Amino acid sequence: MPAAMSNPDDPGRPEWADRARRVAHSVRRGVLAHTLRNDGGYLSQACSSAEVLATLYTRVMRLGPSEGPAEPRHFPGAPGPGNPAAFTGAAYNGPRAPDLDRFVFSPVHYALVLYSVLIEVGRLGRDALDHFNRDGSTLELIGAEHSPGHEVTAGSLGQALSQACGIALARRLRREPGRVWVFMSDGELQEGQTWEAVSMASHYRLDSLGVLVDANGQQCDGAMRGVMTVEPIADRLRAFGAEAREVDGHDVAAIAGAAEAPHPDRPLVVVCRTDPCRGIDLLRERGGRKLHYVRFTSLEERERYEAALAAWSEDPCRS
Amino acid sequence: MQVVTRPHARNMVRWAASRPDVLVLSADLTGSCEADDFQRAFPDRFFSMGMAEQNMMGVAGGLAREGFFPFVHTFAVFVCRRPFDQVAMSIAYPNLPVRLLGFLPGLTTPGGVTHQAIDDLALMRVLPNMTVLECGDATEVESVLDVAQSVDGPVYIRMLRGEVPRLFDPAEPMELGVHRTLSVGTDVAVVSSGICTEEAMRAVTLLRSRGVSATHLHVSIIKPFAAEPVVEAATRAKLGVVTLENHSVVGGLGSAVAEALAEAGAGARLVRLGVQDTYAHGASRAHLLREHGLDALALVGAVERLCGERLGVSADDLAAVELKTPGRGSDTEDL
Repeated sequence: MPAAMSNPDDPGRPEWADRARRVAHSVRRGVLAHTLRNDGGYLSQACSSAEVLATLYTRVMRLGPSEGPAEPRHFPGAPGPGNPAAFTGAAYNGPRAPDLDRFVFSPVHYALVLYSVLIEVGRLGRDALDHFNRDGSTLELIGAEHSPGHEVTAGSLGQALSQACGIALARRLRREPGRVWVFMSDGELQEGQTWEAVSMASHYRLDSLGVLVDANGQQCDGAMRGVMTVEPIADRLRAFGAEAREVDGHDVAAIAGAAEAPHPDRPLVVVCRTDPCRGIDLLRERGGRKLHYVRFTSLEERERYEAALAAWSEDPCRS
Repeated sequence: MQVVTRPHARNMVRWAASRPDVLVLSADLTGSCEADDFQRAFPDRFFSMGMAEQNMMGVAGGLAREGFFPFVHTFAVFVCRRPFDQVAMSIAYPNLPVRLLGFLPGLTTPGGVTHQAIDDLALMRVLPNMTVLECGDATEVESVLDVAQSVDGPVYIRMLRGEVPRLFDPAEPMELGVHRTLSVGTDVAVVSSGICTEEAMRAVTLLRSRGVSATHLHVSIIKPFAAEPVVEAATRAKLGVVTLENHSVVGGLGSAVAEALAEAGAGARLVRLGVQDTYAHGASRAHLLREHGLDALALVGAVERLCGERLGVSADDLAAVELKTPGRGSDTEDL
């Protein structure tokens, strides 16, 4: 864990928090740039989750240095007995060791956000996004277990948490002190499997499990309250036996505090309440239009996003 | 060749307008499965189920038991994989008239292994009572609902979305028990389905110019499978049979053809083109069709293996083949 050094400009605010906010700010910028380059993309997910993922990578998770190549490798072929070359993207989260943490990334359509975070924290090369969504690349639009930072194949949403429970159970059997962190989206709470996993984690008192949910209230069809509500999320989780904490998902100190406070004998779920337009106010002008995958509907709209990118401040405090 | 934009979206509204018992269920993929026009036209008959497919299949079974016709819209992987048990026990076993519309067949999506249905036909074929249909063009997208509705039991429809080519005359809709005969020849029999038929049409056209004549059958009724026309075509073909499908070679069209030939005692050689018992990854459709040998060039290669000689056909030659839009006034002879 980083040393809690104080900040010379503001002694009350630790340096890690400034770094986390800078990472989040750069991630939004990078995802906006790629959304423009690809003429569409999962942009609102960067807006909602940038601080959550940045806090995980800069503060919360105990990870060793990346063991993945800065220049991402090509798709090695599907795993199988005839393909010893197959690999996972977990190498970017550092080596496996009993006292180190593991990271399981569930909503893999957020892949570009994760690739961008890995770049900003120095785990993936600066130019890696040149490979994004190219034929034969591991930096797929929707990530899979060969994609940097990914360890399981989770694009059929709601499957990663159960796999993380299995990993946490295995680590307990081996008496490993390291934790298992899971990043999820709130839409996944609609899948029955998610609740089967929470039941299991509670039943087996998997208190090494920490889940951070990006509760941005959005899904493919639009606002979740109109599609199929999952509220009250925290009360439902508590009824299933989890330790549920709700925080402002853009407040890095609050996220870290909730993730780091002890929760003996219970799995932890931090419900991070987030804004799918955070940092890119232009998205608010879409009104009732869906935010899941942003497409520009006119040249004029596209030009306004380009202007927003050109005017991007380097300072997160001015964003 | 004509390309039709979102044919299902429009057709679903038109078709359901006079059928008040038709309902649409969707699991958070409403626009992605072209059910959004229906949702706007008939909001009282549209039900958002959220991202919860297992429950959705049970709900569809309950609605069907009460006399409604639920048309379940989601991606093919989410019809066939996660809720397989629910489809089998809540829909197929009681033989309920639920229509399951599976979008993004095979390698048509860059969404990667989790979104690519390479096994849906196998999974649905194996279920007793299930009828399995696959659309190959806009005409079939526009006529498949009639075919499905004529079946007194569950139907799985492998559906196309977005920009869909029109290969077949709108006056010749999809029909139960019938394969389309797209050309007649004596050297090889080509049996194709879904998006692969367009590829096969290009290859068959060029093969003819290289002196190889093919009987080309397009299959849209995967189950129940009409064996006789396939056996006939195979018997006529001197070199053998090639199947081409946007699916695993296990359990889909290639398997259905193999079963038909074996049961008839037709000793024809058979080359099954399709996904060769592997998983794919996220990439463009053209890249994936080439990588997995599902395109026109792969079909030419298979015919070359059967006849033991090179035919001198390049990918550029195949891309240059012009497919005409069929219908009144067009020259369907030249397919």
